[in-house]
Amino acid sequence: MQAVKMVITGPFSSGKTEFIGTISEIDVVSTERKISSSAEKIKESTTVAMDFGRITVDEDLVLYLFGTPGQRRFDFMWDILSQGMLGFVVMVDSTKPETFREAKRILETFESYAATPYVVAANKQDQEDAWDPEDLRIILRLRPEVKILPCVAIDKESVKNILLELLYSILEQLDEEDNA
Amino acid sequence: MALKGNLRDFSTTQLLNLINLARKTGTLTIQGNEIAHVSFREGKLIYAHMGNENGNLAKILRNAGKLSEEQARIIETKARGTSDKQLGHLLVQAGYVTQSDIIQSVRQYVLDVVYKLFTWVDGLFRFDANKLPPPEQITIPIDLESIIMEGSRRLKEWEILQEEIPDLDTSLRFTDRPDARLRNINLTVEEWRVVSFINPRNSIRQIARANNLSDFEIRRIVYGMLQAGLVEFVRAPKPKPATEEPVKGTRRAKSETKEQSPAEKRSVVTRLIDRIRSL
Repeated sequence: MQAVKMVITGPFSSGKTEFIGTISEIDVVSTERKISSSAEKIKESTTVAMDFGRITVDEDLVLYLFGTPGQRRFDFMWDILSQGMLGFVVMVDSTKPETFREAKRILETFESYAATPYVVAANKQDQEDAWDPEDLRIILRLRPEVKILPCVAIDKESVKNILLELLYSILEQLDEEDNA
Repeated sequence: MALKGNLRDFSTTQLLNLINLARKTGTLTIQGNEIAHVSFREGKLIYAHMGNENGNLAKILRNAGKLSEEQARIIETKARGTSDKQLGHLLVQAGYVTQSDIIQSVRQYVLDVVYKLFTWVDGLFRFDANKLPPPEQITIPIDLESIIMEGSRRLKEWEILQEEIPDLDTSLRFTDRPDARLRNINLTVEEWRVVSFINPRNSIRQIARANNLSDFEIRRIVYGMLQAGLVEFVRAPKPKPATEEPVKGTRRAKSETKEQSPAEKRSVVTRLIDRIRSL
């Protein structure tokens, strides 16, 4: 059985757990505990180790989805989770401009781990206060070739679209490597 | 879509940069200690005023030294109810001021309002797309790039600069953006010196050393150039040590331990695409 993995990263409360939970065929395995920091009490509990979801492709291939912990004190997990990833998704809560700087920092950190394709998911686009994805592109200083996609992490079609766009980006990178 | 938040999280510089790059039209309202209204057309600043004074032309010309206190007082009294555009015509025709005096004075007034905003660190903002000043208001299109540069020059907070540019060992390159409008950027002598060293092979630290600039000075210059869209970071993946061992306790998947051929990898990705489409 071959296993490949994708990493779902992003700031605290950006929707990573919901994203994985929406598409995973198993209940998301996550280690959660009560929030201790007052600044992070907008959620009852948060991911402290990782979220883990699975999509079985066939009897020889399985895709694992790993969600990174959203809190800074668990940064040390990122490098471990990023090893061998096929690609990664950066989740951004489009309604919380106070998290955009953190999203940029996370994105740059993951970019530095490996030249792996990634897409940015502008989450919570179903909410009135959501910033436009193209505005987020400017804020996050994304290169033109990086895809930033509208996302609603609790909507299966939306999550499928994000993963498919990431896979298309991976294919494009393979094509470029072939042509090089 | 909404464009609102707090300057605590999203600075004036970032807002103007966004409006410039997205060529937005509308009015930005910021509620800090005072309330400021700043209007833009297709990414250019066209008008701004602070508080309730609404940029009265007579006051602007008086503050710019183009009218005396007495002249301004009389004009304000007699011209009550007259729009700024009408008043401007009357003043030019009467020989009090020239058209150039009016343009320069309004321009300086608008710039002073906007530069003040750079010092605000807290305040709710919202951008109302397509909301513009009334047509009788004198508006002057001003490129935002130079404003961002100048505003950034005024931004003294070392902490912010350090946060934006934490790593001086990063290098820079000129932005390769076809829609960049860089013709009207004004650079200081120091900035020109830095520009001459911009090259992916030179780190920011090396450029600073070559120009005898402190860490703070180089950060301030680079920050201004980044915000104006003149340069961008060169992000190269960190090379992993050849002897790197797997992290203890981490069981690696097959894909990580065996290097796949491009054909194998393509096959995996294609199968994943088919599977996800079918979900």
